[in-house]
This record gives sequence, C-alpha cells and structure tokens, in this order.
Amino acid sequence: METMTPDVLVAVDEIIERHRETPGPSIPMLQALQETFGYVAPEFLQRIAAATGIPASDLFSIVTFYAQFRLEPLGRHHIQVCHGTACHLAGAERITEALEYATGTKCGCTSDDREFTIEKVACVGCCSLAPVVSVDEEVHGRLTSDDVSALVKELRKQGSEMTP
Amino acid sequence: MTSIDGRYEVRVGLASCSIAAGASRVFRALDEAGAAPHTTGCVGMCYAEPLIEVIGPDGQHVWYGHVEESDVQRIVTNHLIQGEVVADLQVERPDGQVRFALRNCGIVDPEDIASYIELGGYAGLQRALSMPPEAVIADIQDAGLRGRGGAGFPTHKKWDLAREAVGDQKYVVCNADEGDPGAFMDRSILESDPHSVIEGMMIAGYAIGASIGYVYVRAEYPLAIKRLRRAITQTQESEYLGRLAAESGFHFAVSIREGAGAFVCGEETALLMSIEGKRGMPRFRPPYPAEKGLFDCPTVINNVETLANVPRIMNDGPESFSAFGTERSRGTKVFSLAGKVQRGGLVEIPMGTTVNDMVFAIGGGISSGKAFKAVQTGGPSGGCIPAHLGDTPVDYESLAAIGAIMGSGGLLVMDADTCMVDVARYFLSFARDESCGKCTFCRVGTEQMLRILTRITEGRGEMRDLEILEDLGAKIQGGSLCGLGQTVPNPVLTTLRFFRDEYEAHIQGRHCPAKQCKALIEYQILDDACRGCTLCEKACPVEAISGERGETYTIDQDRCIRCGLCLSSCRFDAIALYSEPKTNSLEVAK
Ligand SMILES: Cc1cc2nc3c(=O)[nH]c(=O)nc-3n(C[C@H](O)[C@H](O)[C@H](O)COP(=O)(O)O)c2cc1C
Ligand code: FES
Repeated sequence: METMTPDVLVAVDEIIERHRETPGPSIPMLQALQETFGYVAPEFLQRIAAATGIPASDLFSIVTFYAQFRLEPLGRHHIQVCHGTACHLAGAERITEALEYATGTKCGCTSDDREFTIEKVACVGCCSLAPVVSVDEEVHGRLTSDDVSALVKELRKQGSEMTP
Repeated sequence: MTSIDGRYEVRVGLASCSIAAGASRVFRALDEAGAAPHTTGCVGMCYAEPLIEVIGPDGQHVWYGHVEESDVQRIVTNHLIQGEVVADLQVERPDGQVRFALRNCGIVDPEDIASYIELGGYAGLQRALSMPPEAVIADIQDAGLRGRGGAGFPTHKKWDLAREAVGDQKYVVCNADEGDPGAFMDRSILESDPHSVIEGMMIAGYAIGASIGYVYVRAEYPLAIKRLRRAITQTQESEYLGRLAAESGFHFAVSIREGAGAFVCGEETALLMSIEGKRGMPRFRPPYPAEKGLFDCPTVINNVETLANVPRIMNDGPESFSAFGTERSRGTKVFSLAGKVQRGGLVEIPMGTTVNDMVFAIGGGISSGKAFKAVQTGGPSGGCIPAHLGDTPVDYESLAAIGAIMGSGGLLVMDADTCMVDVARYFLSFARDESCGKCTFCRVGTEQMLRILTRITEGRGEMRDLEILEDLGAKIQGGSLCGLGQTVPNPVLTTLRFFRDEYEAHIQGRHCPAKQCKALIEYQILDDACRGCTLCEKACPVEAISGERGETYTIDQDRCIRCGLCLSSCRFDAIALYSEPKTNSLEVAK
C-alpha cells in the first residue's frame, strides 16, 4: 500500500510539530495520527523517531501495549462489541458470534471486502442498555443476535446503494 | 390554557446512555413543540431512558420514562399546557439515596459554567482560597473523605504528604480511567457535572501547592472528553474565576490526557508512566506519587468521585459529608447498578446501606423475575457476594470482611441464569489480557488459571483443579508487585468459596446449572410450541436445523454450534435450552 504520499507526509509532520512541546509527547502524537488516518502505519513511527529522537522501538512498544492503537486501516464500518461485565452477562459472546456470521469475519479482523472491522472493547459505559454494540461511534443497546444480523444487512444495503 | 407559558421547566438528560437510547430525538421533538427543554446530564435512572423531567411552579418534579418521540406531543399538551400529569408514562425516582457527589447531576447544564456557578459552583474554591492550605486539608480530614477509586486511602493524608514534599513543581492528577468493565460512575460525573471535578482539582492544587493538573480519561468516553474540554475552556474564560485568581494569586491549569486502552493504567504509578509517554507498567512504591510522582515531582492522584465531593465539603463544611455513613466509612458512595436488575442506573447511597437495599429497594429487584443469586463489586479486582449475605452493609470494612471489596463502584447483579464459573472465567480472561507482564506470577499465573477455568466450563475439569486454582490464586496475590496481580484472583477465590457447588456440577455432573456454558448445553425445539415457520432454519448459520414447513423442526446436535441465533429468531418461544447432569440419562425436564 502506498502510505507515505506527499500529502500524508505533510499531515504527519504537522501533527508531530503540534505535539512536539507536549510533555511526554509520544502517546498524544500517536493518538492524533490514528485519529486522522484511522490507524498508525509503521512508517509513521519512523517519521516520529527521525523528527523527535524517540527510538522507533519505544514507539512500537507503546503501540503494541495499548489496545487503542491499530496497525492496519479500518474497514468501512467500524463495529465495536462491548465485552464489559454487564454485556457479558447479557450475552455479548452470542452477539459477537452473530456478527461474525453476518459479516463473514472474525472479531479482531477486517472482512476481505473491507466493509467491516469487528473489535472487542471493554465497557462503553452504557451498561444499563446491555448488550451494547457501537457501530461507527453510534451506540446500539438492548440487542439480540437477530438484531445484529439485521443491522449488518442494513449496513450492507446502504453500502451497495452508495456504490452503484 | 392553550399554550406553553413557561410555568414548567423541562429537562432532558443527554449523557451517553440517554443518547444511545434516543434522547436526542426526544429533545428535538420537545424543542420543535416549543417546550424549550434544558439539557442536563445523567439523573441516574438509566433503565428508563430516554427521560423527560418536568418541574412545576410548585417545585414538584415529574419524571417520564421510556419516552418515544411520539409521546412528546401528549406530554406537551396534557402536562405543559393543561397541567395534567401523563400518568402512564410516569416513572418514580427510587429513594433511599443521598446525592452528594452527584448533587448537580441531572440538574446542571454540563456545557455551561454559568449554570454551575448559579448552583453554588466555585464557591467551595473561593472559600478554600480564603483559608490557609493546612486548614483546607484539615477540613477534608474532618469530613473523613477516603479515596473512591477503590483502595479507600484517606484523602487528607495524601494531600498532606504532597504538601510537605519539596518540589518547585507539583501536580494534581485526576484518575478518570475507570477500568472496571461494567462501571460508569466516573463517566456519568464527567458528562453530567464536569466543573465539580475541575473545582475539586483546583482545591487540591491549592492545598498542596500545585499549579498544573491532568485529567487522565479513557478514550472510550468521547462525550466525557468533549464536555471536560469545553469546561476547561470555560474556566479559562470565566471572569469570576479570573478575579479569584487575581485576588488570591493562585493559578491552576488543567489539561486532558486520553488513556489508550489499558486497564493497568488505572493503577496510579502506571498511569503516571502513561502520561509521561511510556508503556503503563506499575513500579514499586515507595516512593509514593505524593513524594515522587509525575516527571518525578510530588503528585496527588485522586479518583473522579473523590474530587467531585471536595467542592461541597469546602462549601458546606465537613459535617455536611461526615453526617452520612458509618464510623470508619464516612459519607456517600456512588454505584453503577447494572446486570439483572430492574432499575439499573447511577445511584448514590450513604455508606452502610445494605446490599439487599441496593438490589431491592433502589434497584427494584431482579429484572428476570428469577432468584437473586449474587452481586459482584469491584470488577476484576473484586468479589462476589452471595444472596444469603445480602444484609452486609456496604462500607470498606464490612465488604473486606467477606472477601469482597468496595471497588470503584461497579455493582453487578446476578440471577439464577448467571453461571458463577463463567463469571470467574470472564474476569480471569480480562485479567490475563490486561496483565502488563512485568511479574511472572501475574503474567503466567493468570494464563494457567484461565486454562483451568476454561477446561472446567467445557466439562473437562477434575476435582483437584479446584485446589490448584486456590493455590495459584494465593501465589499470584503474594507474588505480584501491583494491585492488579494482588487482586485479580479475587473473583475466582470468592466464587470458589461461596459457589463451590457450581464448580462441582461442571466437573462431576458435566453440566452447567445456569445453562450458560456452551459446551454443556443443548438447544431443543419444543414439539407443542413449534409452528414450523422456518425462521430458525433460516437463522441457523451451519444448517443444523431441518424440517417441513408447518411441522415441528429438529436440531442436529452434532452440527449445532450453540450460537443461540435460532433462539433469538423464534417468535413462538418454541426453542429451549437444556443442560442436564451427565450421570443421569437424558431425561429432559422443563
Ligand atoms: C489495576 C488497578 C486499576 C485501577 N483502576 C482505577 C481506576 O480505573 N480508577 C481509579 O480512580 N482508581 C483506580 N485504581 C486505584 C488507583 O491506583 C489509585 O489508588 C486511585 O486513583 C487513587 O485515588 P483515590 O485515593 O481518590 O481513590 C486502580 C488500581 C489498580 C491496582
Ligand atoms: S458492560 Fe457493556 S456498556 Fe458497560
């Protein structure tokens, strides 16, 4: 994949500059990069290392330690299944399976057609609505396996309408 | 009367869970109907979201719950215009609560500093600034405030240490990492009343001599971050606060750090590492952060709720807080009540309230109508309290005495359908994933415990596994540096203590009494209820269901992967779950 186009480089450098003076800058920098590009490309780490002198190996150890960071781009729809305690009691595992069947991809992966990325998250803080799934940042609660299958169908339909 | 005349104040809670339940749409509908609704945060009745609160000229509060857009016109016409309560939509706010930390939640507009100041906001800071810092700390001591992040360490002691410590630069850090997966107290406070936390940080800063504060908040809480950010900007622009700073010479700047998704970063030394831009690996204490913390400077770390209590203690005096609670656990505690309970939500109780009162009087009992089995407090670090100990008072000492902990305030209610072995396995799998890997016992021990528990839930356990679990649990507790390793065996150890029969059923009878463990259950189609509608056949992803339309369908147990999709697709309650002890023949009882 062609990651470091000139436009990307400019944006990456701009983010690095913006956070250069922050005390303990590495995590806010990486977060800003992920916010902008949806993931942290390995090339970004090299770029930060070159600009700041923070060893790339340190940056890599941070990116792999914290669950938030992603080393690959997201699919078109980002589905996060809550596996907090309340959601677990309410059947989060069944919900996950239903999602895996509906999207044809495993939790933690992106589907081959790059439509869906499914991730497991700990409590999104809406425990009274358990089980909870967040789709593209919108939280859906009180779901059944049936609901999530329907939800995925709906997302697919939207997708095919958008790309004729 | 034919129009809305402003006699009534209308509020709509717009916190994460309300928005997920559809409160923004309800808000818009009210606005379009001319009801001029006010935005507020979480009132705590999460089970009934979306909620509308109507306050009459006589000061009477009426709450409407589970409101749909289509109900809005009726509320406007009947109540706001004709003055009649719409009884069928009304919900009651559970009593037995004392709102101290949550005093403004659901009342104040979280996005408007003027609304906070109008409710007495920043008056606590003003009073603190008129006193010597030592007197501020003495007030916190008299109030008896202990840390609400879990450990219950006396707040004044921490402040005192940091005040005494030498250093040109000192810091106040607010721990809003809220790692317990099933707790949402801190999120609700930040979303509903962010200024109370900022004011608490400022008072702490004044008390210890710090001028910089950080809030370390989970990235999974975007709305909390947004409101906090806005609140911080407002404090910088506020004339009132500007004047206070000019008069007193006390300046304090707050910034936000987003947590990047690591449970262990809730632990204070790991949290500081994370702000410094490193992997969040706990370090040995002493030195305590109060002596040597962020960037090696004296640092006070307090939990969100601890800090939210501070402004009111300063404003109303220590007795306003110490009047509640028990001898050694003063004041109130916020809990997020969730799980199999009727009225889940955010509740604040005086310390010493019993578990039963929380589940039944406040929570309204078990949502499924089945038997109350246990509550779990403290998340992955905590324990399960069985129903027969339901009269245990909720305070630091009583909970510790039965092997549970207060924790940060997550309270999960479990019913007869909850498998305690599965709960233990769930928490252990969380702990295994979240161990930072520094200590061998924690890193390897949790993996071993998880393997054993998984084996048991799959019907492949042996009786001696139970002793191995107890032995490993004790060794992990003893051989770990930080609070994570020292506490994560608790969910296993307490369930082994109080629910050993369930473990034995999984091992000896190879069945799951709560019918949760996949390897030990069977889905079956009931002859008399099945209409042969074909829905389950279509839902099954592995073609394990077959039959003729109009006839009873059957499930091929060898093919079935027990995903439950058939059960949730069935419209006629014709699919049932079974788990029978394997020593008996497969005689199916209903
Ligand atoms: C593994 C682990 C996770 C923790 N998570 C949190 C947390 O999410 N929020 C919190 O306030 N304290 C948490 N703590 C407790 C903190 O280390 C610290 O004691 C607390 O923030 C101090 O604030 P307090 O005195 O106001 O309670 C955690 C501790 C451990 C060992
Ligand atoms: S446990 Fe899923 S939202 Fe809290």
